[in-house]
Amino acid sequence: MISSLYIRRDTPFLLYEINLLEASDQQLLDVSQELGLGLNLQEMKALQQYFRRKGRNPTDVELQTFGQTWSEHCFHKTFKGVIKFNSKEIDSLFKTYIMKATREINAKWCFSVFEDNAGIIRFNKDWGIAVKVETHNHPSAIEPFGGAATGVGGVIRDILGVWADPIACTDVLGFGPLDYPYERLPAGVKHPKYIFMGVVAGIGHYGNNMGIPTVNGAIYFDESYVGNVVVYCGCVGLLPLKKFKRNAKPGDTIVLAGGKTGRDGIHGVTFASAELTEKSEEVSRPAVQIANPIEEEKLKRAIITIRDLELASAITDLGGGGLSSAVGETAKRFNCGAVVYLEKVPLKYPGLAPWEIYISESQERMLLAVPPENLSRVLEIFQSEDVEATAIGKYTGDGVLRIFYMGEKVAEIDIPFLFEPPRVMRAAEYVPPQLEEPKFPEPENLTDALLQLLGSPNIASRENVVRTYDHEVKGNTVLKPLHGEVGGPNDAAVLKPLKDSWRGLAISCGMNPRYGRIDPYWMAASAIDEAIRNNVAVGGRRIALLDNFTWGNPEKPDRLGSLVRACEACYRFAKAFKTPFISGKDSLYNESPAGPVTPTLLITAVGVVPDVRITVSLDVKAPGDSIYLVGKTYHELGGSEYYGLMGFLGKTVPKVRPTQARKTFKAIIRAIDLGLVNACHDLSEGGLAVTAAEMAFSGGYGLELDLRLVPAKGVWRNDFLLFSESNSRFLVEVPSGCEKDFEAVMGDVVHARIGKVTKDARLCIYGLDGDVVVDAAVNELLKAWKSFLGEW
Amino acid sequence: MKREEIRVCILRVGGTNCDAETQTAFEALGVQAEILHANEVVKRRNLMEYDALVFPGGFSFGDYVRAGAIWAKWLIAKLGKELKAFVDEGRPILGICNGFQVLVEAGLLPAFEGISTYPEAALATNHPPGYNCRWVYLKHENHGKCAFTFKIPREKVLRMPVAHAEGRFLFPKEKEKQFLRRLYENDQLVFRYCDKNGNYANGVYPINPNGSFHDIAGICNPEGTVFGLMPHPERAFYWWQQPDWTRQTLMPFYGDGNLIFESMIEYLEKKF
Repeated sequence: MISSLYIRRDTPFLLYEINLLEASDQQLLDVSQELGLGLNLQEMKALQQYFRRKGRNPTDVELQTFGQTWSEHCFHKTFKGVIKFNSKEIDSLFKTYIMKATREINAKWCFSVFEDNAGIIRFNKDWGIAVKVETHNHPSAIEPFGGAATGVGGVIRDILGVWADPIACTDVLGFGPLDYPYERLPAGVKHPKYIFMGVVAGIGHYGNNMGIPTVNGAIYFDESYVGNVVVYCGCVGLLPLKKFKRNAKPGDTIVLAGGKTGRDGIHGVTFASAELTEKSEEVSRPAVQIANPIEEEKLKRAIITIRDLELASAITDLGGGGLSSAVGETAKRFNCGAVVYLEKVPLKYPGLAPWEIYISESQERMLLAVPPENLSRVLEIFQSEDVEATAIGKYTGDGVLRIFYMGEKVAEIDIPFLFEPPRVMRAAEYVPPQLEEPKFPEPENLTDALLQLLGSPNIASRENVVRTYDHEVKGNTVLKPLHGEVGGPNDAAVLKPLKDSWRGLAISCGMNPRYGRIDPYWMAASAIDEAIRNNVAVGGRRIALLDNFTWGNPEKPDRLGSLVRACEACYRFAKAFKTPFISGKDSLYNESPAGPVTPTLLITAVGVVPDVRITVSLDVKAPGDSIYLVGKTYHELGGSEYYGLMGFLGKTVPKVRPTQARKTFKAIIRAIDLGLVNACHDLSEGGLAVTAAEMAFSGGYGLELDLRLVPAKGVWRNDFLLFSESNSRFLVEVPSGCEKDFEAVMGDVVHARIGKVTKDARLCIYGLDGDVVVDAAVNELLKAWKSFLGEW
Repeated sequence: MKREEIRVCILRVGGTNCDAETQTAFEALGVQAEILHANEVVKRRNLMEYDALVFPGGFSFGDYVRAGAIWAKWLIAKLGKELKAFVDEGRPILGICNGFQVLVEAGLLPAFEGISTYPEAALATNHPPGYNCRWVYLKHENHGKCAFTFKIPREKVLRMPVAHAEGRFLFPKEKEKQFLRRLYENDQLVFRYCDKNGNYANGVYPINPNGSFHDIAGICNPEGTVFGLMPHPERAFYWWQQPDWTRQTLMPFYGDGNLIFESMIEYLEKKF
């Protein structure tokens, strides 16, 4: 440390003033680095000017508060900043693309979007559904179990933070190949298998212990995830809309409830806003928090009681930035100031400096605003659940944040300034990669290719993972992630959240990182299409979307350029499908000694099923039924699993044709509503052949299909027809005798009867010249599909 | 007593999490079911106001030490007398999953000679190890003594889900044979894991999902009024909770789990 800049104040505890007023530019940067603030020169200079105006030096508590609040993780500087892209200047990616789609769609069932920790949509007249998906990539790379578990814990608190009762969790994970050679691992990077086992255990641990079913998710394997594990944790909650209280006012007490505060999770957000390095393990281990799901379970009970009795005026969770974010954001939101007495915060152990108490991200804590007359009742409710709750201060009317510790004022910050960091200006460029379409002959044995695909990492059964998550607790899971005896892969989960209503909630997701290597625009479009079609396949409609970006360092123009491309697609396709974004989150700086992450956009879709009794599963139901392929197949194998299997990436990335796609989705829903669909499964990784195999072995019957009948454009090879991943397609089982009705409903939507369900449990597919090109017993297909994660 | 007069107490502590769906099942059958925090019951000393007691699933006190162990000791210390009176009077006590673990740890099951001071059995970590959520088949073994299953024909095969990491029913190795004989002699054996045709699992995974000794999934006390099982009847209560309901055209309104709640209610209606 440069001692000259740090002046120890004469207090019985550790408190420093930092001589910012006289610091040179270099010294400003040194201070930022030494204190772990993660602020750049522009931001440090803004602080210097602020304190010059105040005529005094800041304390460490103040600087740390700015460091947290202005971090990428908390403030989303990149998404809110100005970006120069080609000749354009984009004033906030968020406003220009994401929010714009939502605003223009203007769905009246959006109740509260992009306002709180979670988006809220109307479920029916009285009930709302809150949804949030978080990223927890960096912590999971350092400590997989704790990182993933606290990711789940954090997103559950986001749901509690809008007064909703968590009813389901989702998780989408990205790992490096499990058989990655140890000798190729860069220093400081943990083996994918170790990370995989830890993350899966962590997710199960938290959700299971809290009694929240984990109902939907995905696992994706990609080389770029070796150094940058991807962990998306989602949570869905239910709330009575009239109990949604947000009216804190000056005089309300600030109540901190839940776990005690310790040194775990110091600088979590600044750590999450930087690249991972070889030293991350050593330097940032304290940034990963410790999970205690039972504490959060008790906290949840108390909060739901307080909600139902309407005893508090506002609530928010303590996540990234700890108290500093929660207090600051609440004060800002209600145009208040705040006074906080840090000595009142219950600690795990003594000896924390005031700045550590204020920014610690220790888990299982919530912050409530409670009108003084309700305080004793609120504290009583927490006590009855064995939860510690403490009044630590109050909101004031003057717009100033004042923090005291043992009688000493350790911080005084104007709240408006705290939320006005200098705007980030970044440059972006997008140069399309130079790619070629591969040339290789059609393999002689396509049955083998199908078997290999079924057993390949991105397609194979996730049963052994999903069974370690309780997906049934609460007894509301109508359509389960594992279907029937063999655990078939349903497209979406359907919940029946209300006792006295058949109305259901369909939860699905879409993610196609391999397409991102070809073009992030079409990757985003495909992810949106996939999330929606998964939802539609089970009967979901009136769909809301969530966007979660995992990208590389946005200070590098090419990374940012691809992010802009993806955002452009988000706007265009959300608008075209009339599916508003209601919440989202970005995780940038996903770079490690192994390189940058493949840009990965997760789209989560939440739809409504008007009556769960119409829900459709993927398994074929009766021999003799007709099989229809809905949607057109194009020569779109770029980024496909089939090309991957052959060792290629390719160029012809699947596109989305929104007008046709939208008509297709509508027609499928209509057919489901009319009872014309016995089974439905979307076509995604592995294309038609994989979808057909999954439907067959899930139902225990065979399928006989003819590729000559497949509606296609420009596809001249059997393997391409079998494995093309063109979007917006479904394979549908129509009850025998209902073919005419089904065709009438399809109208001018591209569709064709390509075969039928057979009693003989074999998948038999005829090729373009009439010969059998795929022929395998359903059990053989099932065995291949279950082989990959058989043991780990 | 009349059905609508029956009051069921569903006890919970921190970490309990299957209380709401258990309540839903009882309420759907027309009895009163209240979820009470155990602290509340200790404070009000009102356990004896209830006709039946249920320990639902979850992770009581985080299941540290051993699943159910902490809550079991807590119960004996704080509500020991009431529990004994409850058992002595033949009021039914049901333990589901974590509740079963609690009953075994507290000595209420198998309770060969009444409530035992030390556990006589254990629900050990699964073999193969790890948390496992799946639907299983159960064969009803009881000859009619168990208050929770007397309505179910013997040898009937039922379907319910399990979801646990510690459900491997074990007796002390040296007493295995003796204790098993007593289970049979006292008609304490209630459910064993089997395949869908009713053939016992014989320890084969995943038909027996946790490696339980003798494929045991649920047992009762010698009087048949205290019953614990690892599977979750409250998650197999309605037809739409079944894993393959979309394949069926005609399904009974209730799933197999209903039979357990119905039996208990009818027992109360007849006996009290």
